[in-house]
Parts: sequence; structure tokens; C-alpha cells
Amino acid sequence: MVTLFGIPTQALFGQLLLGLINGSFYALLSLGLAVIFGMLNVINFAHGALYMVGAFAAWLLMQHFGIGYWPALLLAPLLVGLFGVVLEKTMLSRLYKLDHLYGLLLTFGVALILEGAFRHWYGASGQPYPIPDALRGGQNLGFMFLPNYRGWVIVASLITCLGTWYAIERTRLGAYLRAATENPTLVQAFGINVPVMVTLTYGFGVALAGLAGVLAAPIYQVNPLMGSNLIVVVFAVVVIGGMGSILGAIVTGLGLGLLEGLAKVVYPEASNIVVFVVMAIVLLIKPAGLFGRER
Amino acid sequence: MTSKISSAVLPAAAPHTADRDRGTRIALILLGLGVAVAAPFLLYPVFVMKVLCFALFACAFNLLIGFAGLLSFGHAAFFGGAAYVTAHAAKVWGLEPALSILLGTASAALMGLVFGALAIRRQGIYFAMITLALSQMVFFLALQLPFTGGEDGIQGVPRGRLFGLFDLNQPLVMYYFVLAVFLAGFALIWRTVHSPFGQVLKAIRENEPRAVSLGYRTERYKLLAFVLSASLAGLAGGTKALVFQLASLTDVTWQMSGEVVLMTLLGGMGTLLGPVVGAGFVVALGNYLAATSLPVPVVIGAIFVVCVLLFRRGIVGEIAHHLRRRST
Repeated sequence: MVTLFGIPTQALFGQLLLGLINGSFYALLSLGLAVIFGMLNVINFAHGALYMVGAFAAWLLMQHFGIGYWPALLLAPLLVGLFGVVLEKTMLSRLYKLDHLYGLLLTFGVALILEGAFRHWYGASGQPYPIPDALRGGQNLGFMFLPNYRGWVIVASLITCLGTWYAIERTRLGAYLRAATENPTLVQAFGINVPVMVTLTYGFGVALAGLAGVLAAPIYQVNPLMGSNLIVVVFAVVVIGGMGSILGAIVTGLGLGLLEGLAKVVYPEASNIVVFVVMAIVLLIKPAGLFGRER
Repeated sequence: MTSKISSAVLPAAAPHTADRDRGTRIALILLGLGVAVAAPFLLYPVFVMKVLCFALFACAFNLLIGFAGLLSFGHAAFFGGAAYVTAHAAKVWGLEPALSILLGTASAALMGLVFGALAIRRQGIYFAMITLALSQMVFFLALQLPFTGGEDGIQGVPRGRLFGLFDLNQPLVMYYFVLAVFLAGFALIWRTVHSPFGQVLKAIRENEPRAVSLGYRTERYKLLAFVLSASLAGLAGGTKALVFQLASLTDVTWQMSGEVVLMTLLGGMGTLLGPVVGAGFVVALGNYLAATSLPVPVVIGAIFVVCVLLFRRGIVGEIAHHLRRRST
């Protein structure tokens, strides 16, 4: 058996691939959190629950309407985004004048409701979601076997992340968005409808979570609790990366996923806590986060 | 970013307007004590003990959010962590109950020191996220460490004899012991809030940069408040471990951290009695819902949403607000 640093390469690359996939989800979710935080100054605790809702939306679309993976990839994020728009319009928008912590508490309540309701209806066990036909099978890369679907998840989330980065940093709409983050009053005075922009930003941010949910459905099972522990890790990712930069969120997400994968090979007992340990170290050395600014 | 929770919702420090209502206050305190002493004869003692443990837990949490403006989303780590240490000390080492609880409290204080030192490096929302992440780490440790019993927790913890004299297996003896622990913790919080230290905390809550410019080393104050709050949460957790003779994973989950936030929010952040009322309400609700088919998290989540949107002063806060408005 081929080994590297005394570890069988099969196991090493297998875990690194898993780590990369987890990292893709961390990146997608922390990106959504960063976009929302930039605009609304709200930490969206419901992000993990909405990721779960995205996965369930895909599953329900298939169960009840026979709608397959590819349309669901578009429809489910759209539904989650719409839910987000309603949530922002009816509830979150009332809290902007108050302390930011109220936004956290409100979305925490929403997360409990969503997770509790889905658990009540569908139980705590997972529902299987099939891999779409076009992505079955896998590639032999010589040093490891890569299932097609997993490769697709990494590519798709990278494209989404980079697309979001491009839209925010390089387009006119993105410029408005960044301007409104800096100074909403002034941007409003220029005739741009900032409240609508805020609403749409929230909708877009949670739609990213919904998309991550659909991508995750065939890999992990569709489970009411799939988002509840993930969100805490994503929070740690956000603290490590700092929410100042979009690219920072993406890089940190992927990097920590890989690190977690590596820990699973080297010292499996620590794999659950490695992200939190990294967070503690980063806080000691660079409290603002790797890519963050003090605000 | 200092917390504006207080200025938006709470009155500044309750005015000690002479001894206008000193008589009423003493009467109320006596009434409260009377109710607490009589409670085990009217209600199921274990239920009241559960309320007392959670009330102390919520009061400890409220010391941070209500008086220092720090939202910790990881207090379950101290509550549950101390429960594990107390349970282990009582069961495996066979220590005397008060000593076991003291050990649990000390372990929570130590954890509070480490977590606090890390978390106060960031403010506001980041503070909440850091405490949440660190408490999740404790959850995974509790799941994996050999002495915690994994999914089973530590069961069948002996209550033992307090100081070698009082048999805590008798429900009434246990109840008065828990009541004494609660009152001691509550008195400590009351004393802290009304001390110069408490005043500095309030100053930090209202305007941290200003407190810094006045020469206060706010980091130290915040850290001390954090350690104090963590220790008291540990005291509550250790006591609970003896009441239920059990330390389990439930006590260290982030849902538990959320529950204590809810108790405080519902009762009234920054009021002394609010967390007690909130804890009583939430525990009673949990008992009631357990007998129905309604999913508990949904109800708790809905209360959260309603509280945040319509009811930010909480029960006690609203009552105090109305009384004040009537008297002016």
C-alpha cells in the first residue's frame, strides 16, 4: 500500500476530499452570512435551518411533484429566498434600530421553529435523496477514486462563491451594495431604494444556504437536524475569517474543511473540535480574524 | 460596538428613591421567602427544585447580559460542565455533596476564565458567536471524554449526606438545601449589582469607550463579570446534577444555552427577579408541553420571536415599567 507520512494515501485523499466537500458547504454558508451581515448587521442564526429547508424543499419537490434534481437546484433556493424575503419584511426589518443582538435572538427563534416543525412532521431520521443520473459513477484519478457527484459539489460551490464575489466586487449592482453597506443614508439620497436592496440581500444570502442544502441532499441524508450543528461550526469559521471580506469567507471555509479532513486521518478524536481550537488560536493572535477589520 | 440593549429597553439603574417603598420591598421579600419555604408542600418538590436551579442559572446569565451587556450564547458549557464534574466527584470519588458542588463550581470558574479571556477580545455579535463555538467544543468533549459516559451521561449520582449530617435523599431536606444554594447565589448577584463593581459594569454596558476614557480597565471588569457568571451557572448546574442524580449531554447543548437566553429575555433582561420568573415559566411550560403532542422547540421558538418583536422588556420589565409610569 502506498503511504505518505505513514498514512495510506487512499485514506488520506479520501478524507481530504470529504474535508473539501465540508469546506465547500462552510464556504457557501459563511459567504451567505457575510453578505447578510455586511448589509443588515444581523447574524443569521436561521442559516443552518434554512440550509435544511433547502434540502427538504428539494426532497418534497421530488416526492410530491416529481420534480428532479436539476430544476430543484433552482427552485429550492428560490423558495428559501422567498421565505427569507417575507421574514425580512415582516420581522427583521423592525429590529434594525435596536441592538444587533436582537436580530440574532429573532433568527435563533426562527431556527428553533423551523427545525422543530420539520422534526415534528418528518421525524429525526434522514430521508434518502438519489444522486441525479448524469452524475452517477466516478473517476479513477490514479491516486484515488473521485465520485462524480462529489466533484460536482466542489465545482458548483466554487462557481457560486466566485460568482458572488464577482457580482459584489466587480459589478455596478455590487458597487451600490457596498456603498449602501458603508453609508445607507447617502446612497438612499442618491435615489437608490436601500430598503428593497436590504430585503433582496437577505433573500439572496439565505438562497445561498438553500442552494447548499440542495447540493448536500444526495451526500448527507435529508434530515431535520442537518443544519443545527453545522451552523455553530460556520459561526466559528466566520469568527476565524472575519466578515470583512468575501474571498476571506471562501478561503477560510475551504481551508478549515481541509484541516478537519486532515484531522480525521491523523487524530480522529480531535476532528470535531479542531475548528474551535483554530478559532481560539486566531483570537489570541489576531482578534479581528484572518481577513477581518476591526469594526 | 457596545450593547444598546439597555438604553433601548431598560431603564437606567433602578432609582433608589429614598425609602418611599422600602416597607413594600421588605414585605415583598418576606412574602417571596414565605412562598419559597411553603412551596414543597404545595407543589411537587422536584419541580420546584428544577425551577430554582434554572432560576439561578438564568440569574447568572442575566448578570452578564443585563448588567454588563454581554450576550453569552455558551452558558450551557458552564452549567453542564459543572454538572459532570459534580456528578463525577460525588459518584466516583464519593465526595461529600457540598464539596462536590464546590468542585463543579470551581471547574466552571476555570472554564469561565479561559472562555472569557478569549471572548472579550471581540465585541457584540462576535462575542456571542465565540462563546457559542467554545461551548460546542465542550459538548464534543463531553461526548468523547472517558469520564462523562458519552450518550448515557453519568447516571445514579448519589445525593449523599450534607456535611455528613443531613440525608439529602429526603425530598424536603434536599429542597431546603437547594433553596439555600439559590438564595446564596441570588444574594451574591444582588450584592454584585449594587456594588461599585456593578456600577462600573453598567457604565461599560452603556458606553464602553467612555468607561475606558474614564480610566477603567474595562477588559478586567468584563472578565471578572464573566468568571462570576460562569461560576454561578456552574453552581446551578452542580446542584441540578444532585437533584436529578444525573449529568447528561442535554445540559451542554447549545439549545440549553438558548433556553437560558429565553428565560432571561422572557422574564426581563436587567431586572433582578426577571430571570426567576422566566425560569419558572419556561420550566412549567416544558412540563406542560411534555404531556401534549405539541413540539417543544416550536413553542419555545415562537415565544422567542414574540418576545423579540413585541415584548422586549420581559414580564418583570413590563410590570416595573407600568408601575414607574403610574407613579410619575
